[in-house]
Order: sequence, then C-alpha cells, then structure tokens
Amino acid sequence: MASKQGNGGNIRQRYYIEAGNFATAGEAASNIKKLLKQLGVDGATVRRAAIAAYEAEMNLVIHSLGGSLELIVNPELITIIAEDQGPGIEDIEKAMQEGFSTASEHARELGFGAGMGLPNIKRCSDEFDIQSEVGKGTRLEITFIL
Amino acid sequence: MRRFDGKKVISLRKYYHSVTLKREKCMGCTNCIKRCPTEAIRVREGKARIIPERCIDCGECIRVCPYHAKVAVTDPLDSIHRFKYKIALPAPSLYGQFKNLKSIDSVLKGLLGLGFDDVFEVARGADYITEFSKKQIRQWKGPWPLISSACPAIIRLIQVRFPELIENILPVVSPMECAAQIAKREFCRKHGVDEDEVGAFFITPCAAKVTSIKNPIGDEKSAVDGAISILEIYGPLAASLNKIESKPDLQKATLLGVGWANSGGESHALGTDNYLAVNGIHNVIHVLEQIENGKLSDLEFFEGLACVGGCVGGPLVFENSFVAQIRIKKLVRGMRVPDKTDKNLDPVYENFDWSLKGKIYPKPVMKLDEDLSVAIKKMEEMDRIYKRLPGLDCGSCGSPSCRTLAEDIVQGDATELDCIFELRERVQELAREMIELSEKIPTGREREKGDKR
Repeated sequence: MASKQGNGGNIRQRYYIEAGNFATAGEAASNIKKLLKQLGVDGATVRRAAIAAYEAEMNLVIHSLGGSLELIVNPELITIIAEDQGPGIEDIEKAMQEGFSTASEHARELGFGAGMGLPNIKRCSDEFDIQSEVGKGTRLEITFIL
Repeated sequence: MRRFDGKKVISLRKYYHSVTLKREKCMGCTNCIKRCPTEAIRVREGKARIIPERCIDCGECIRVCPYHAKVAVTDPLDSIHRFKYKIALPAPSLYGQFKNLKSIDSVLKGLLGLGFDDVFEVARGADYITEFSKKQIRQWKGPWPLISSACPAIIRLIQVRFPELIENILPVVSPMECAAQIAKREFCRKHGVDEDEVGAFFITPCAAKVTSIKNPIGDEKSAVDGAISILEIYGPLAASLNKIESKPDLQKATLLGVGWANSGGESHALGTDNYLAVNGIHNVIHVLEQIENGKLSDLEFFEGLACVGGCVGGPLVFENSFVAQIRIKKLVRGMRVPDKTDKNLDPVYENFDWSLKGKIYPKPVMKLDEDLSVAIKKMEEMDRIYKRLPGLDCGSCGSPSCRTLAEDIVQGDATELDCIFELRERVQELAREMIELSEKIPTGREREKGDKR
C-alpha cells in the first residue's frame, strides 16, 4: 500500500487510506512515527508529527471518500500531505473550530468526532495549510521545521 | 552457569546485562530474533549475538529459546556468605511458587533456614512505595497518564523505543530498593552492626531486576547486594519450608503489597479506578504506542509489566504464571487489610523520600545515524535494498525481518547475499551462465552431424 521514492536526500512515502476501513486505520501514522524515530528526528517533533498524522489519517477514514497520506522528509523539513477525493469541507472556518464535527453517529459511537481533529493537527504543526472544495476534495499540508 | 562477582564487573562495562548467551548451546535458530521486542538479537556465523545497547533484559529470549542457550546471570545461593550478615528480600511472586502453602510466614522462615539472618518482604517495600506514590500522584504536574516505574524492563523499553514517554514515568524507587534500604537500616540499628557487614539479597523472578541491581536506572547505586533467582532457590527452599516453627511471626506486608506480584496489583494498591494494567511486553508496546499518540491522556495510571500475568510470570520462576496468580489471590484472601493507623508503616513513609533521584535518559539506539542527512541517505538505500528482498521475514539471514536485514546491510553488518533467496537467485544466474559458457567451450574435434552450431 505504500510507495516510497527518494531523490537526493529526500524521503517520500505515500500511504493510501481507505474510507471507512477501521481495521487498518492508524497504520500509516504508526509507520510514519517509526520511520521518523529511525531517522533520529528529535522526540518532541516525532510526537507532534505522529499525532498530526494520526488525526489526519482518521479524518481520511471517517470523513473522506478515500485518499492518501504522504510523508516527505528532508534535513530541514517534515511535510505531511493529506489529500482526498471528496466530499470537501463546506465551511473551513467552522471545521477549524474546536468541538465542531460532522462525524456520523457510527463514528461518534466509536469515540471519534469530538471536533478536535483539525484544531489538534494545527496545534501540533509548525505550518498548517488547508484547502477544500465541495465536490472535489480536501488537501492538508502540515509542516514541521527541523 | 557463568557467575560473577557483581561489583568488579560493572565498573569495566558500559552495558551490564543479566541476559547472556551460552554460545555452546546456541543452534543459531530464529526463535529469539523473532521474539525480541527491541530487535536486539542477530544470528551471525551460526550463533546468536545480543546487541548490548539495545537489550532491555526483558527475558523474552530466555523463555522462547528451545535449547536453553539464553540464560540470566544471577548470584549463586552460597555467594551470600560474602557478608557476615545476610538479609533475604523475597519478591512477592515467590509466594506463588509453592503448592499448599500454609502461610507466607513459612516461606519467610524457610529462608532463615537457608542461612539468612533476617528476611524483609519486598511486598512490605511495596506497601511503603504505594503510600509514597499516592502522595506523588496527588502532587503530579507532569503529563498523564503516569506510567508505573515498577518493571525495569518496561522502563528500559521506554528509554529505547518511547523516549518521549520518559516524562510520564512515576519517579519513585522500586519496592526492592525501598525494602533493601529499610531492611539494612533496621538490622543495623537492632543489632548494632556496621552497614558494610550486611548484605541484602533479592530473590528474583526476572533478569531485568538483576540488571537494575548492577546497573540501576536513575539511581546511582543499588542498596541490594545480589540477586538469587527463584529457580535456584526453589529446591532448597521447598525442603526448608515448615522447618522453623518457634520464631515469632515475620510476615508484615499487607495484602496490597503482596498483590504487586500480579498484574494490576500496584494499581489496585494505589486505589485508583482510572487505571490500565497491561501485561506481556508486546501488549505493553501496543498501549505505549497509544499513549505516545496522545490517545490516553484521560487516564491516571498505566501499569505495564513485561511478563505475562505480571511478576509471577517472570522468566526465572518455577511455577506456571496462571497457577501462581491464583495462589497469590488465595493467599491474600483473609490477610490483614491496611488501615490509616498502621503503626508499622506510617512513621517510615512519612520520614523517607523514595523519589527517584537520578534522571532517566533516553537511549535512542534504534536510529540510523546521528546526522539527519546521513540518516535520510541510509534510509533511501535501505528502501532500495528492501524492495529487492522477498519480504517473507523468514529470519534465515539472521536478522529478524527483511526490513532489519536492509538496515543491517546499510549499517555494514550484513550483505545482501545473507538472504538465502537472493543467494539462490545468484546461484541460479551463475548456473545459467556456466551452462551458456560451457556450450561455448571449443571441443577441439569436428562437430558431429546434427550439431547445429
């Protein structure tokens, strides 16, 4: 499920995330964490990146129609890009508010959908960019400075 | 079994480990390399090799080795005679070893029969540590959940694999340390002897504790002078049970202290409902992953024990973990319940500070390189190699998985041809080439009819 290619001091790894598949949910974030630890990235940054990756992955599983999580590491930056094929976020400002969630009853029963995902990702990151279009999809770019 | 005289060895070695390999018994199989939670074992030249920086002395390899090539170095029973006065510090898990045990007192008196001058229950140490920990938890300002510091293998696992969780560790000394300190102090006061003349010996269910005596986590020097495995003392002690009747009762620990032998015992003693007790090192790893992901910050206390069932499941015990667990439960039934006015406990725990003085440092030994850009290059190379490997994780190369083989190649500790599948492919290639070449060898005589060349 993962593909990885490097070009000159650059780790790129892409994980494809299936919508609604809780059996594999969290695996990509766990791999990202392992990889960053092995690279020797400092513990605090690994932890922030791992939390952000986990939240982004869960968002893809719960809210999206499926997408991917991509990790890019170079000696200066860690970038995590979460991209999906829809449905897109209607009101980004609202989605960024703590406690706001559009999660289904099913997801809430499982303990997700507390409306902390996106705000938590933002809090963990050094730079955070979100773009979304209804009917098209959402793209998160989460950056950590090394 | 290889023995050693503790103090001399530590000063010479950076990494002391109780878990060691008996080379002549090792068959070079893949059992231990597959089971090791820190990928600390490789098979090279037909024998296992433990990477000392990575080993956390959990003893998983001791348990899994079918040839008994993995052993824990402990002190022999007769080594207690190095000291003029000897005190036994029995781990509570010792009580679960004997069938039809009349009382804990018969174990304690049995120990006296083996040449010890005094016994002090580690379970009583656990009582003091419980009270001290309650206070620490009330005043805790650090991140939640607090992680128990009772199991030294788990602490070392955190140092190696979860360095970010070091600040969650409850900074208190172990019941064993606490027991050793009080036992020595009480003994010296009572008999008017010098502390140098008194040796305290832990009766241990595991190798991890032995290592933390020789090489304490956080603290600079252990008050414990040696460790005798439950397996070693089991025979003589079984014969010595119920021999001494006359002495007054020695048993002082509460049921809560004794309960520490089982998984969940510490949490139960602390009296919190908001806890999670997990046993078995691979299970503990899964939960530590979750704590690291910030998923369990609403939890107050996490008790992770490396062995299945808790300390009763240690690699150096005689009895089956599940049988011993039930025995401990039966033993504590009907034991005295501690109360706030406990005269034995209060003055001591009020006056002593059982907090861990030294710092627990991270041991990031899993990383590829000190320099991030070099590490990135190594990882790229690792990835290229990994793609060529079969992905079966068979372990025949001597590394636990294809991924670790790729890592070992990058680190210069293995070659691609250590993979038997790669080797087979190369041999086949060579064979093909040889056939091709052999067909080109001029025979030096006329070609026969029908020969197409």
